[in-house]
Amino acid sequence: MPTMTLIQAVTDALRSEMREDKDVVVFGEDVGKNGGVFRATDGLQAEFGEERVFDTPLAEGGIIGTAIGMALYGLKPVPEIQFQDFIFPAFDQIVSEAAKIRYRSGGQYTVPMTIRTPYGGGIRGGHYHSQSGEAYFTHTPGLKVVIPSTPYDAKGLLISSIRDPDPTVFMEPKRVYRAIKEEVPEGSYTVPLGKARLAREGQDLSIITYGAMVHVALEAAKQAEQEGISVEVVDLRTLLPYDGDAILKSVKKTGRAMTVYEAPKISGFGGEINAFIAENAIEYLQAPLYRVAGFDTPFPYTLEHDYMPTTDRILHFIRKSKAY
Amino acid sequence: MTKYEIQSVLKGDGSDWDHNREPHLKDDQLRAIYATMVRVRMLNERGMNLQRQGRIGFYIGSEGQEAVHVASAAALEPTDWWFPHYRDPGVALLRGATIEQMVHQLYGNAKDMTKGRQMPNHFSFKDQSFFSISSPLTVRVPQAAGAAYAMKYKRTKQIAVSSFGDGSSSEGDFHVGLNFAGVWKAPVVFLLNNNQYAISVPSSMQTASETYAQKAEAYGFEGVRVDGNDPLAIYAAMKMAADKARAGKGPTLIECYTFRMGPHSSSDDPKRYVNPNDLTFWGAKDPILRMRNYLVKKGVWNDALEKELVERTKDEIQKAIEAAEATPAPELRELVTDVYAEVPWHLEAELQELKESVE
Repeated sequence: MPTMTLIQAVTDALRSEMREDKDVVVFGEDVGKNGGVFRATDGLQAEFGEERVFDTPLAEGGIIGTAIGMALYGLKPVPEIQFQDFIFPAFDQIVSEAAKIRYRSGGQYTVPMTIRTPYGGGIRGGHYHSQSGEAYFTHTPGLKVVIPSTPYDAKGLLISSIRDPDPTVFMEPKRVYRAIKEEVPEGSYTVPLGKARLAREGQDLSIITYGAMVHVALEAAKQAEQEGISVEVVDLRTLLPYDGDAILKSVKKTGRAMTVYEAPKISGFGGEINAFIAENAIEYLQAPLYRVAGFDTPFPYTLEHDYMPTTDRILHFIRKSKAY
Repeated sequence: MTKYEIQSVLKGDGSDWDHNREPHLKDDQLRAIYATMVRVRMLNERGMNLQRQGRIGFYIGSEGQEAVHVASAAALEPTDWWFPHYRDPGVALLRGATIEQMVHQLYGNAKDMTKGRQMPNHFSFKDQSFFSISSPLTVRVPQAAGAAYAMKYKRTKQIAVSSFGDGSSSEGDFHVGLNFAGVWKAPVVFLLNNNQYAISVPSSMQTASETYAQKAEAYGFEGVRVDGNDPLAIYAAMKMAADKARAGKGPTLIECYTFRMGPHSSSDDPKRYVNPNDLTFWGAKDPILRMRNYLVKKGVWNDALEKELVERTKDEIQKAIEAAEATPAPELRELVTDVYAEVPWHLEAELQELKESVE
C-alpha cells in the first residue's frame, strides 16, 4: 500500500473518482495547467483533459454559481476555492442558493457539489490565508461540512462528499497538508459522512476536535499521560451533521470534556458541541466544559502561534479540568 | 439601423406591422402566445385581489411585461432550461404547468409542489424545465452559465436562459455570469426585462450606460435591444439567440425595453414614485392589446375565441382557488424533509421536541 501525505491523498481521491465517474469535473483558480497553488490537482488536467479540469476567471462567486448550475444539470462539480479566506464572495451562492435549493423546490432540484478549500493558520499567512471559517457554514442548514485530519480520512471523506447528493463544504487543514504520511489504499474507498473517529482512547477527559487541531490535541494528550491523566481525543471528521452519539459516548465515559478549535472562540463550533453535551449529559460532568480556541481578533501575522491553541494551552485546561 | 436601436415588428397598436421582419409562426403558436399572456394577466389580477382580501400573503405580478417571457419561451424547445425571474409564470404555463398547480403554491398548502416553503409566486416546475425561484434574481445568472457549460459538456443540444431585471445588471453576479459565459462560449441567453424600475429606483440611477444591451460587448458577445411590448420582435430575437447558442456560437444578451404597469409587488405603492403619464403612454402599448389586434387583423383570432378563452380561464382560476382553499397545510414533517436527501438525526430530534411541546 502506498504512503501519502494529506495533499497527495486529496489528489488521489479526485483522480480515483474522475476515473470512475465522467460527471465529476474539477475547476477553480490555477487548478488546471498549474495543478493548484498547493498542487491538489497536479496531473489531473493531463489525464482528464481541459473540459474536465480547468482554470476559471478569478471570481469565487462565479466559480460556485456556475458549479451550482452544473450540479443542477447532473454533473458532480468539485470546485476549488484557493483559500477558505477567499470564499466570501461566494457566500451568497453557498448559503442562499446551494444550501436551500432542495428545500425550496420541494425536493425537485438538488446540488451534488463538493467545494474543496484549504483552511487554517500556522503557515504565516496573515489575515487572508489563515482563517478557520467552518462556523459560517455549520450555521447553514442544507450544507454538509467535512474536515479531515489524516491522509486516509481525507481520501475516503472526499470521495464520500463527491458521491453525496447534497452540497458539501470540504475544508482541508493546509497546515498538515505535508506534515503526516500514512498508508492510503489505491483506488476508491469511502469513509462515511456524519461519523466521528476515536483518535485516541482515554479515561479521564474527552477532547472533541477536528482538522489540524486533532494533532495538537493528540500531542497534548501524550504529554498529559506523563502526568498521569488519560485523555481521549474524538476527531469529529464531519461537523454538519455531527456525530452526537460518539460525543456522548466519550463524555459519559470520562465525565470531563473540552472542545479545541482554532477559529475565534465566540460562536465557534466548539460552543455548539459543548452546548450539546450540556443538554444531554450534564449529570455525567465533573468539571466545566471548556473551549480552547482562537482569539476573538482578526487572525494575526507575527503572533499567530499565540493566537492558536497550542499543546501548552490545551494542557493548562486539561489540568484545570482534572483539578476541578 | 444603429447597433442598439430598439428592434420591433409591430407598429402602433398592433394593427400594422413590418412585413419584412415578421417571424413566421404557425397560427396555433400565435394563439398559444396570446392565450398564455392573457392567462398570466388574469391570474395576476385575481392573485392581487386574493392578497388584498387577506386570503394569500403576497403576490408579485407581471402586468405589462407578459410578452417578454411568454414570447421568449415560444421561441425555445420546451426542454431548454429556464432560470426564472419571478415575473415569468407564463413560461411554465406555456409548457404545460397548470393554473391549479400555481394556485396551490400561492396558498402554500399540501398540494403545493414546493411544500409551502416559499412565498407566493416562487414557483418550481422541474417537469417544465422551469428552475426554482429565489427572491434575489441575479444569482441565477452564473447558475445558468454553469448549467449551459454542463449542457455543452454532455452535448445535449439544450440551452439555458436566465431571466432577470434591469436592477440585476448592477449585481456582481451579472458581471460574473456574463463573463464566465463569454469565456466558455456557453449555450446561454441572458434575458434582461428592462421595466425601468427596480422597486422604486429608476434605470437612470442603475447605470450610466446608454443601454443595457451594450454591456454584452464588454464580455465578448452580442447584445440586442428589443421592444418588450412586441411579442413578435421578442420571439425573433430569442429565436436568433437560441439558434446561435445551439450552434455553439455562444451567449447573447437580450434587453427587452418595457414598463412595469403594476406595483413591484403587493407590498409596494408605485404612486409614490411612478409618473402617471408613463402609465398612460405605456398602457397604449399594452402587449396583450397589440397582439390581439395583430391576430385579429391576420384572421386567427376573433371575439368568440376571446370570450371562450376568458370564460375558461376565469373558471379555471375559480376552481383552482376553491381546490386550494379546501386543501390543508403541509404535514408537520415537511418542516424537516428536503433539507438533505435523508433527514439527519438532529432534525428528527428537533421535530420530536416540537411534537412533545405541543402534546
